[in-house]
Amino acid sequence: MTSRTFEQGTDGRPGAEARHGDRPRGEARCGERTLADLTPSATAQVVSVSVPGSPAVARRLADLGFTPGAKVRMLRRAPLRDPLIYLVKDYEICLRRAQASCVNVVAVDR
Amino acid sequence: MSSSCHESGQPAAPMTQLPQVALVGAPNAGKTSVFNALTGLNAKTGNYPGVTVSRFAGTCRVGDRRFAVEDLPGSYGLDPVSLDEQVLVDALDGNGMRAPDALLIVVDATTLRRSLGFVAQVLARGLPSCVVLTFTDELLRRQGAVNVDALSQALGVPVVAVVGHRGHGLAELREQLLDWRDWPTPVIPPPVDPGERDAWVESVLSYAGYRAAQPHGHTRRLDAVLLHPILGTVVFFAVMVLFFQTVFTLAAPLQGGVEAFFGVLSGWVSVHVTNPWLSGLLGDALIGGVGGVLVFLPQIMLLFLLISLLEGVGYMSRAAFLMDRVMGRAGLEGRAFVALLSSFACAIPGIMATRTLPSARDRIATMMAAPLMTCAARLPVYVVLIGLLVDPTATFGPFGLQGLVMFGLYLLGAVSAMLAAWAFKKFGDRRGQPTPFYLEMPPYRLPAPRAVLLAVWGAASSFLRKCSTIIVATTMVLWLLLNLPLHSTEQLQAAGVDTADSAAVSAHVVDHSYAAEVGRLVAPVFDPLGFDWRINVGVLSAQSARETFVATLGQVAAAEDPEEPGDALRAMTYSDGPRAGQPIFTAPTIAALLVYFAFALQCVATVGVIRRETGTWRWPLVAFGYLTVTAWLLAYLARTVTAVFVG
Repeated sequence: MTSRTFEQGTDGRPGAEARHGDRPRGEARCGERTLADLTPSATAQVVSVSVPGSPAVARRLADLGFTPGAKVRMLRRAPLRDPLIYLVKDYEICLRRAQASCVNVVAVDR
Repeated sequence: MSSSCHESGQPAAPMTQLPQVALVGAPNAGKTSVFNALTGLNAKTGNYPGVTVSRFAGTCRVGDRRFAVEDLPGSYGLDPVSLDEQVLVDALDGNGMRAPDALLIVVDATTLRRSLGFVAQVLARGLPSCVVLTFTDELLRRQGAVNVDALSQALGVPVVAVVGHRGHGLAELREQLLDWRDWPTPVIPPPVDPGERDAWVESVLSYAGYRAAQPHGHTRRLDAVLLHPILGTVVFFAVMVLFFQTVFTLAAPLQGGVEAFFGVLSGWVSVHVTNPWLSGLLGDALIGGVGGVLVFLPQIMLLFLLISLLEGVGYMSRAAFLMDRVMGRAGLEGRAFVALLSSFACAIPGIMATRTLPSARDRIATMMAAPLMTCAARLPVYVVLIGLLVDPTATFGPFGLQGLVMFGLYLLGAVSAMLAAWAFKKFGDRRGQPTPFYLEMPPYRLPAPRAVLLAVWGAASSFLRKCSTIIVATTMVLWLLLNLPLHSTEQLQAAGVDTADSAAVSAHVVDHSYAAEVGRLVAPVFDPLGFDWRINVGVLSAQSARETFVATLGQVAAAEDPEEPGDALRAMTYSDGPRAGQPIFTAPTIAALLVYFAFALQCVATVGVIRRETGTWRWPLVAFGYLTVTAWLLAYLARTVTAVFVG
């Protein structure tokens, strides 16, 4: 399941269509797609975690709290824009952009 | 099996009969303070067989019963993504070592929503388990709540709330340990599927009346400044300068004190031991060797004091966050920064500080890079050599040229350290997947004095216990090489040496010592660098510790003041070979020497510490080999390039 989500994510179109049902039509294009795309203080909900070729890292991200349905708030970026700090499951965790972009999310209205 | 087995810090024979209790938990859950509270100062550190992962084991006494307690590597889950986590899983499975009889799962109450997922994975292993809930005081302060009894019912295992630094709950935890055979196990094991696990966690939390802690106000306000893109960077550099300054300025007088004490001691020996040879062996080799080890102690203790203070407050995670991108260029992560920075003072505490890195590959890469950072022991060598190379009045723009050369050498050290780390990370272990980087940002807390002191004590005692023997032994051997064979007064007089002049005597002894023979023997190796056999002796004696180079050169050059050998060195000429009569210390030779000292691993203590931290001789040998070869090649390059410029 995780690998399928990743393929959809890379070629863009099918992934966007698959998530259409979750959001109003007009937002599909500009909506955030991974944690790395969030701006500070934006909140999103995890859809899936997909790390190509490394299921252990995907499971680790889930262990850190990035499970489908979890609400994540981006808190801040480091001075050189990487790494990034998120609030998830009541605690703060710092991820590199590389890992954050493995977590697919949908925006949540505040 | 592995050569390191017998030294892996495994408990003594009677301890293996004891019930084995292992602590598991996330890296910030307070595992170490629970471990320290249970075992006190009885903890032993070592390595797991064959891997560079430190092992912490100790005993806990409850009444008349004893338990073997082991602090397993911290992890967020049981699907290993690093060598350390593989060790954790192997330890739980009893793979290559005895499996624990019972587990203490240490959980930070303020991160319960995440941590219960880990608890579920551990409980699924079916070992008798007890959950140790830490930071409950903080949960309450931040308007959170949890009912410990209800949590115990919902999980189906005992739960004990412990406030480590206050000692609350420890008596109850010890009582629980007595009953480990009767600990209840969950009637229905928690789900292993991640999707179902979330639902299980939520049901447990709601049964236990869990209310999450409010965001920590102080932390929010402090982070707004300390992690601010501009302000945060400024504060970071200020903290690091302060850190570095404290280590240098506070350690220097303490080190001076240690040196003075051993100076007095060896002076006392030379007065009271009449046999000159025995007095030299005791005074110079033994006492000098012990002093040479102890002189590092103030720096190590100060560095660990500051590191554990910064760690305890929570600033270390912030520093790692700020520096991660820069360190990422070398394939390392933010946490490696502190270890490399410490190595500017001395590579030994720097290498010991790699313990804070969660991945074994990062630890190795950092250890291989740390000796390249310009440590304090290189400073006296650089001062003498730069004094010979550069006219003190020469300037380049507004800067003195001597200072610029010194700065250049520091820069050379830092840049090559980063390159070395990058190379070791890239080519060191191609099998392993790169470890993903994640780092919990704990709220700012007041560090527990006990934890800080234990960290300092642990660092100091492990350095002394494990490293003193090897350093003292090497110093003795070197001293013997430099002073054997023996020369009687008659022999000295026959050789035309003024026996009243101790400098002349020691110069003659060194000239005719086994070390000198070795110096001539290795001459073909160092000839291309322009070193004559006397420099070779200096370089060889500096192999135990760099700063001895200055004194040895002083002795060899028969300088009147061995600590200021500048003039005598300038006058030195090649004594034999095709270059006989020409001055030795020309710009190309000095450049080659400077570069050689910048790269070569000339420090027995560092070799000993790498052996100690990795648990194998492989890495100290790799470090020694690659640094010596690099040193020679680059010194040759420096000599050639300088010769072109000087003409």
